[in-house]
Amino acid sequence: MIGGLFIYNHKGEVLISRVYRDDIGRNAVDAFRVNVIHARQQVRSPVTNIARTSFFHVKRSNIWLAAVTKQNVNAAMVFEFLYKMCDVMTAYFGKISEENIKNNFVLIYELLDEILDFGYPQNSETGALKTFITQQGIKSQTKEEQSQITSQVTGQIGWRREGIKYRRNELFLDVLESVNLLMSPQGQVLSAHVSGRVVMKSYLSGMPECKFGMNDKIVIEKQGKGTADETGKSGKQSIAIDDCTFHQCVRLSKFDSERSISFIPPDGEFELMRYRTTKDIILPFRVIPLVREVGRTKLEVKVVIKSNFKPSLLAQKIEVRIPTPLNTSGVQVICMKGKAKYKASENAIVWKIKRMAGMKESQISAEIELLPTNDKKKWARPPISMNFEVPFAPSGLKVRYLKVFEPKLNYSDHDVIKWSSSTFREHLPGPSTQIDRPCGSSGSRLSCLCSVTTHAATEVQNQGTSTIKLLFCWCLTTCIIS
Amino acid sequence: MTVGKDVSALFPDVVNCMQTDNLELKKLVYLYLMNYAKSQPDMAIMAVNTFVKDCEDPNPLIRALAVRTMGCIRVDKITEYLCEPLRKCLKDEDPYVRKTAAVCVAKLHDINAQLVEDQGFLDTLKDLISDSNPMVVANAVAALSEIAESHPSSNLLDLNPQSINKLLTALNECTEWGQIFILDCLANYMPKDDREAQSICERVTPRLSHANSAVVLSAVKVLMKFMEMLSKDLDYYGTLLKKLAPPLVTLLSAEPELQYVALRNINLIVQKRPEILKHEMKVFFVKYNDPIYVKLEKLDIMIRLASQANIAQVLAELKEYATEVDVDFVRKAVRAIGRCAIKVEQSAERCVSTLLDLIQTKVNYVVQEAIVVIKDIFRKYPNKYESVIATLCENLDSLDEPEARAAMIWIVGEYAERIDNADELLESFLEGFHDESTQVQLQLLTAIVKLFLKKPTETQELVQQVLSLATQDSDNPDLRDRGYIYWRLLSTDPVAAKEVVLAEKPLISEETDLIEPTLLDELICYIGTLASVYHKPPSAFVEGSRGVVHKSLPPRTGSSESAESPEAAPSAGQAAEQPAVIPAQGDLLGDLLNLDLGPPVSGPPLAASSVQMGAVDLLGGGLDSLMGDESEGMGGSGFTAPGPAAPAGMGAPLGSGLGDLFDLTGGVGTLSGSYVAPKTVWLPAMKAKGLEISGTFSRQVDSISMDLVLTNKALQVMSDFAIQFNRNSFGLAPAAPLQVHAPLAPNQSVEISLPLNTVGSVMKMDPLNNLQVAVKNNIDVFYFSTLYPLHILFVEDGKMERQMFLATWKDIPNENEAQFQIKDCSLNADAVSSKLQGSNIFTIAKRNVEGQDMLYQSLKLTNGIWVLAELRIQPSNPSFTLSLKCRAPEVSQYVYQAYDAILKN
Repeated sequence: MIGGLFIYNHKGEVLISRVYRDDIGRNAVDAFRVNVIHARQQVRSPVTNIARTSFFHVKRSNIWLAAVTKQNVNAAMVFEFLYKMCDVMTAYFGKISEENIKNNFVLIYELLDEILDFGYPQNSETGALKTFITQQGIKSQTKEEQSQITSQVTGQIGWRREGIKYRRNELFLDVLESVNLLMSPQGQVLSAHVSGRVVMKSYLSGMPECKFGMNDKIVIEKQGKGTADETGKSGKQSIAIDDCTFHQCVRLSKFDSERSISFIPPDGEFELMRYRTTKDIILPFRVIPLVREVGRTKLEVKVVIKSNFKPSLLAQKIEVRIPTPLNTSGVQVICMKGKAKYKASENAIVWKIKRMAGMKESQISAEIELLPTNDKKKWARPPISMNFEVPFAPSGLKVRYLKVFEPKLNYSDHDVIKWSSSTFREHLPGPSTQIDRPCGSSGSRLSCLCSVTTHAATEVQNQGTSTIKLLFCWCLTTCIIS
Repeated sequence: MTVGKDVSALFPDVVNCMQTDNLELKKLVYLYLMNYAKSQPDMAIMAVNTFVKDCEDPNPLIRALAVRTMGCIRVDKITEYLCEPLRKCLKDEDPYVRKTAAVCVAKLHDINAQLVEDQGFLDTLKDLISDSNPMVVANAVAALSEIAESHPSSNLLDLNPQSINKLLTALNECTEWGQIFILDCLANYMPKDDREAQSICERVTPRLSHANSAVVLSAVKVLMKFMEMLSKDLDYYGTLLKKLAPPLVTLLSAEPELQYVALRNINLIVQKRPEILKHEMKVFFVKYNDPIYVKLEKLDIMIRLASQANIAQVLAELKEYATEVDVDFVRKAVRAIGRCAIKVEQSAERCVSTLLDLIQTKVNYVVQEAIVVIKDIFRKYPNKYESVIATLCENLDSLDEPEARAAMIWIVGEYAERIDNADELLESFLEGFHDESTQVQLQLLTAIVKLFLKKPTETQELVQQVLSLATQDSDNPDLRDRGYIYWRLLSTDPVAAKEVVLAEKPLISEETDLIEPTLLDELICYIGTLASVYHKPPSAFVEGSRGVVHKSLPPRTGSSESAESPEAAPSAGQAAEQPAVIPAQGDLLGDLLNLDLGPPVSGPPLAASSVQMGAVDLLGGGLDSLMGDESEGMGGSGFTAPGPAAPAGMGAPLGSGLGDLFDLTGGVGTLSGSYVAPKTVWLPAMKAKGLEISGTFSRQVDSISMDLVLTNKALQVMSDFAIQFNRNSFGLAPAAPLQVHAPLAPNQSVEISLPLNTVGSVMKMDPLNNLQVAVKNNIDVFYFSTLYPLHILFVEDGKMERQMFLATWKDIPNENEAQFQIKDCSLNADAVSSKLQGSNIFTIAKRNVEGQDMLYQSLKLTNGIWVLAELRIQPSNPSFTLSLKCRAPEVSQYVYQAYDAILKN
């Protein structure tokens, strides 16, 4: 199991060191600094073995977190734990920075004492931890409080404490999707997949039971035969989900047997599920980059974006990011629509368009002046990326229902859905150093990320009955890439 | 304190703060104690009182805190005080305290294992597995697993269907970490039958949808392991295979560090069960923003998944990667193209043209890498792509890495007849011969000899030059030996040399980089852990006793494939005593010959000094394997023992010069006459990571030897062999260290005769002739036991005087007499007596009583025990009666076995 945990700043000074096992000595702290943080080469593996001691590290901004062990531990668990550790710290004091860590010394040690025992991860849900690690020097709790805390920390629903009360019960739901696209130089789509996340923010009282339903093909087909009218209404409208993973609050055995997603949500924001689809992906935009190298010191870039959805729909907040080489000295930009700017600090041209209707196209052209260099290191040609909001999801995912049931408090069946929105990104290969490539062929690799957010908020009033119907108005976002 | 400053001077003051009501302050004081108690054990005692008091505190958080901290203080005196509070806390009403106490047992066990056992904490811990609270169960499982790991023999985690059921129930309820502990523990369980395996699998599969990758990987481990027990015809088997793919793919959208762990594991899974991911090639395509370690791993998996169906896509990708920025990645991509060519025959042409395109880029490291892989392609598809040689030769000057230079030289040598200026090219390399690395030197030597054999007229000078450089001016033994071999070969018989050097080479195999199957199976049991990340068994990187337990997959229970179960292996040891098939006389001779020729492994070739025509064959045999070696890319390996083919080939030229040698050896064989049992397998490869040991014992005038054949059935080279015997009944011990001169390459075997003496320490074994042997090599230590025939201990001066015999016979009490029947033996008395004499059983008198022949015989063991025998032979009856008298009657049985073996062979 984990033998010790160290936190370093970017210089390699130890900020936190907590040793759990006797086999880890002080010299381990230095070994990691010398061999990894101060190593000349780029880090080649997140797992390093130095003198029979294994180090697992992750980096958050300038801070290194390293777990140390001498045994054959579960490596996946150690990394999951390090991420979790970051989450917990972020939940307690915000961004993980040297200053914040120094200011929260005592808290971090207290947390480390609680979430790792002899190197075994224990309950690490922030909700539960916050009930008894408060840093407020509470001297005594009542006996009931204490046993409540302990039963929650060890209980089956370790992620939620009892007795949460809200005046207004609200539930927000976001669907975020990113599309990864691979294209050949001829413009063929080689592969595309959507990886999506369903993120929830729950502000509900008591211990609510929630049930979430989406247009999963397997479910629809199962019930489909009975309710033919439903399929008629929504057209094609079921999607084949390749795989999904759930937050630990979801009852997995129930999903396995009935494909129903039921859970008691943690309080606050959490990621309910992730999913992946590969079939029938709708790509809302095409991006066509053209790059021409004029001599050694000049680059001409032209990028065309085409919207590829119904003219009646509107995409909003479009932002295209075109990376420029590191030795750029100046950029002239001309665009027909929106605003474009060269941001030297980010090495990119940022082009923003407020809104754009479907089946339209727009273009930008830029001249990039380059400083002559002795060009030892090639430019890695990062992809063009794009962010936008559109009112549909590339994967076609739709939320069918979200039911909330609280056995003790009985919220009302009113529900108001507040709003929904979506954001989006896509990446394209950057202006490459290749010369005079026809459109769309600046390299075969286009990986594009697009994300869609759907927010649906349910507001529940505290009156009589039990279940809740939800109406969703949503805006979905999508993106396309060429 | 935590940044490394010593603040132990404040100890008394800090301890004073211990009794505070403030929980945060208390925790800080405890943290301080954990860090400094060890350096000031006497002071730490002061804290004990507070600890004990805190363990009784009404607040469960404080009780737990006290137990947790006490466990971390590694001071003997404190652990004594810990026992009582710990016992109470293990039975505490509050689950939070119980789960902390469970881990505390593991802590205490780490400090003082004996104490934990004496105090009966282990039983209490076992009871906690049935606790109502899932987190307590999980922690108890974790603690027990850890304790069990340091006591591999104890049956601590006594898993049975009931306890498994409890664990599976807790699995649904506990935290993500608890699920990992439980799944890791489940993976150690061996289900009774496929039914049970299937039902566990069914209950574990929902975990594949967990958001925590470690839970998913641990579940995959359980499924991969238990799948082994399911029959392939089962519907469920197919379903399970299908269910495994999506979660594995999903792991690739996790954070990069986890992706890395997942990819290393997928690499194993793909080797074990390629069918799971065969359609998922595209997800392993490298993304622009992947960290380099993820890119390299993805590349590896892409090659493993490459097949005819997807090769076009893979190649297009690889070509793209070859223009990337990172040098390592580009190199690996180029190498991958070569591997695709070797793996998928249909794509070879396209791969070669892609490689040529890459060579045109003139990027130094790309060119070098491309040349190395093109060499491999030539070896897989000889005489197919020689048209590219011209392009390769253009880049000769840019090669500065040994591997690339060696590859290029090999190509020039191999295709010397098609390269007009081959001699010039090689000559140019020869100029800096002494500055080259060994690899290049060896290659250059071979290439020039090849060239000479192809174009003898123009290159005589060149070959003279290289031979003298290699033999006279070099101090590298490998190089010198190879030089001498070629030299003698060329000077003796150029025709034969041609046959040897230019012999057709075996094609290289596709998958040289696979993990060897036994290791792979072991690693599959470690999915998710560090071992699977390093692709090494835990013993390679874990110190001490932990992790020494070897895990293995459950035996396959398929219909026809009831292969070797681990239990079958020990019985191989017993096979030694069963009379085996009588080897034909010729075989026996062959064996002996092998033995005699085997030992001078690395010395100058045996026949070198007085080469006779007949010897060429012999050399040929040796050289063939030598050549084979070299063409496998194992440049630098020494002279290896003639393979098993050699003796067979030598059967023919009897009567030639070499034949004399035969006769000689044969003569020795019959003279000393001691019966040698055929070799049997003592240590099967399955149990020893690919090392197979077979052997037998023999006795030749006054010396005992153990004749071994070591065979490397693994995929990696073995070296550093050593052998040791456990104490045994007759003090047998190796008289010299085990000499294996060259590393043992995969699929090679070496024969060794290990001289033994009987001056080792003595311990009575059961059975008496049991010998326990440990063999070590660079991989691990292996143990096996074997039974040796007693007659190897019969000494040459075992002939007793007649009078003495009579006196002794009478002297030994009758109860020490034992009678045996030797059945089915058709020899007559004279033949029997001469046969036995060969094995040092001496006939002292012969009588004929009522048509029966009575032989009176004596023998003496190495430790001075005399055994007297009376053998009654009836001409009409094939059964002999043997009466043995000895002062140490326990040997009789084994003497009888020796008789039996000798007479029947």
